[in-house]
This record gives sequence, structure tokens and C-alpha cells, in this order.
Amino acid sequence: MSKTKKYLDIFWTFFKIGLFTFGGGYVMLGIMQTTLVDKKKWLTEDEMFDLIAISESTPGPFAINAATFIGYKRAKFIGSFFATLGTVLPSFVIILIVSYFLNAFESNLYLQNFLKGIQAGVGVLIFRASGRLAKKLEKNFFNILLFFLGVIIALFTNFSLIYLLLILAFFGIASSFVQKEKVFNKEPKLNNEKEDHDDNN
Amino acid sequence: MIIINLLKLFWTFFKIGLFTFGGGYAMIPLIEQEMVNQGYLTIEQVYQFIGISESTPGPFAINIATFTGYQIEGVLGALFATLGVVLPSFIIILIIARLGDMLIQNRVAKNILSFFKPTIIGFIIVAALNVMLKAVFGDMQNFDFSWQALVIFSVITLVSVGFKKLSPLILILLSGILGLLLYMI
Repeated sequence: MSKTKKYLDIFWTFFKIGLFTFGGGYVMLGIMQTTLVDKKKWLTEDEMFDLIAISESTPGPFAINAATFIGYKRAKFIGSFFATLGTVLPSFVIILIVSYFLNAFESNLYLQNFLKGIQAGVGVLIFRASGRLAKKLEKNFFNILLFFLGVIIALFTNFSLIYLLLILAFFGIASSFVQKEKVFNKEPKLNNEKEDHDDNN
Repeated sequence: MIIINLLKLFWTFFKIGLFTFGGGYAMIPLIEQEMVNQGYLTIEQVYQFIGISESTPGPFAINIATFTGYQIEGVLGALFATLGVVLPSFIIILIIARLGDMLIQNRVAKNILSFFKPTIIGFIIVAALNVMLKAVFGDMQNFDFSWQALVIFSVITLVSVGFKKLSPLILILLSGILGLLLYMI
């Protein structure tokens, strides 16, 4: 594929993603999963999940973060430029139009009803997207505990996700050191001892 | 004069872009503050716009930057504001991407991510819940039960479960059409 074609492909793919994300950030997750992982195969399900986790701890809208990152992966700086441009352009143009015709936009009943319908339906998309992510995680005690921690904090407090992630990052780092110690403290095996194969790695 | 306004717009939204972690709605308090302090929008306009941007495509941050920029200095204003809000992420992610796989394969980073992932799913599910509850029951401030929203949510859920491979776009379209029909009753 020629460079130009590649750039156009990136631009157009993200343009479509940017165009069809109604009602906010997480809806885009579902569309990205379908487009980027299933159709285009530009990243694996695991890479997508990593990207989401990283994006939640870096500034900016997930859409931009994801576009920049995936665009870079496909075609370095120019790729990230076109991906981000593609993502931003639809909203930019549409909001300009809406702002200009604001009264007409708000008083058009058909449009408003159509949009209300979308607002009602997008919750399902977000559930679906999160279900897909959840499938990737082992259902062990650790994960389930953290999941409920996230749910409870999101549901009952105003505690910002980023502060929570900062605290978790601390535990994450701490746990790496604990693991390191375990490895160093293992006793050396004696030659005439039967080897006990531990397949838990 | 215009150039000063444009630069101010750029800078205001650059700050907003830089300090907003993890998704659009977390930035609402910051946006309220900045818009009102800079005299760009009244608080009512901010809320009006939050409502509008829930039905327009694209991330909330981009939407409100474009909208506010337009109010202040027309298309050029929209451009500078949007550029401002996008640039911090763009730069930071470029740096991370450049550092590359080295960063992601790193054992400590992997550990950190393993703590993040289940927690984030928890947050996302609550976000889904909030979106649904808001559509069906209205805001905290104005309780407003919408049977149409309940029906649409149920229908889309059933369709989504029944036809697992269905593209989100089709579901979005379907929701919109159902809205058109049901809200007219």
C-alpha cells in the first residue's frame, strides 16, 4: 500500500469512528473494538485493553489518545496526525454547524427525538464494550475485588478515577518489588532432589 | 485584539486538555470554572451545551472547545480552542508511543496495568448505568420518567443479545429511529 493510501486509510477510518460516536467517550470504545480490532485488525483485543488502561491515566479524551497512539503504530508521526485529524474533524464541523444554526437545531423536533432515542440506546453499547473487556480478564479474586472497588467508588463517591489509579499504581509498583524478592529468596535445588515442576507461570 | 483572544482561548483549553484525566465528564467542574471565570459562557450556557454535546458526535472536550471558541471568535476561535484541547494528549501520547513497546513490556508497567484494568471496567459499567438511568429517569435535578427511553433501552438490549455480531452503528441508528417513532406519541 502506498504511503498516501495508508495515510488516507488511517484518516478515513478514524473519521468514521469520530463521526459515529454519539453521547460521549465510552461509546467510542464499542465502535473502536468493532472497527479497529475486528474489521481492520490494527490491534489485538489485549492491545486495545492496554490502550484503554493507559488512556485512563493520561490526560485528554480517550478518543484522541487512542487515535494518536494507533495512528503512530500504523505510520509514525504522520499516521498519528491523520488519525487525530480524522477523529476531531467530524465533531469540529458538526459543532460549527450546530452552533451556527443553534435555534434551528434545538427546535427541530424530529432531530431532537432522534437524538433522544440515541441517548436511550447508547447505554447498551457501553455495557457491551465493558463486557467484552471483562471477558479478557481472569475471574480471580484479585480482579473481582478490584472490579467491585471500581464500581463502588464510581457509584457512591465523587472520588476521581485518576486519584484512584494513582493509588493503584503505587500498589502495582509495590507488588513488583514483592515478586522480585520472592524470586531471590527461593532456595537452590539439590541435585538429587526430585524436581517439582511448577507450571503456574 | 483578536490575536490575544485567540491565544487566550488556546491557552484556556490547553489547560483543560492537560488536566482532564480519564474521560469527558470528569472535566465538567474544570470547564464550568474556566468558562465562567474567563467570561466565555454563563453557567446556564455550560449546562445547555452539556446537553447538546450528549447528542452530537465526538468527545465532549472537543465539542465544548469548538462551541465556545465559535461563540467568542467565530471559526478561528473554534480552531484555536480545539487545537488547544487536543494538543496535550497528542504530545503526551506521541511521547509514550515513541518510548514504545519498551514501556509496555516493562514488568512494572504490566503490573500497574493489571491493577488498573478490572477497576476501570468497574468505572465503565457505572458510566453505562448512569447513561441509562439518566435517559430513563432524568437528571438529579429534574426527575422525568421517560417510558420511551426504557422501551428503547430494552429493545436495544434484546437486539444486542440476540444478534451478537451487530455493529454498534446499526444499534445507534436503530435507537435513533425508535426515538423518532416513540417520542412522537
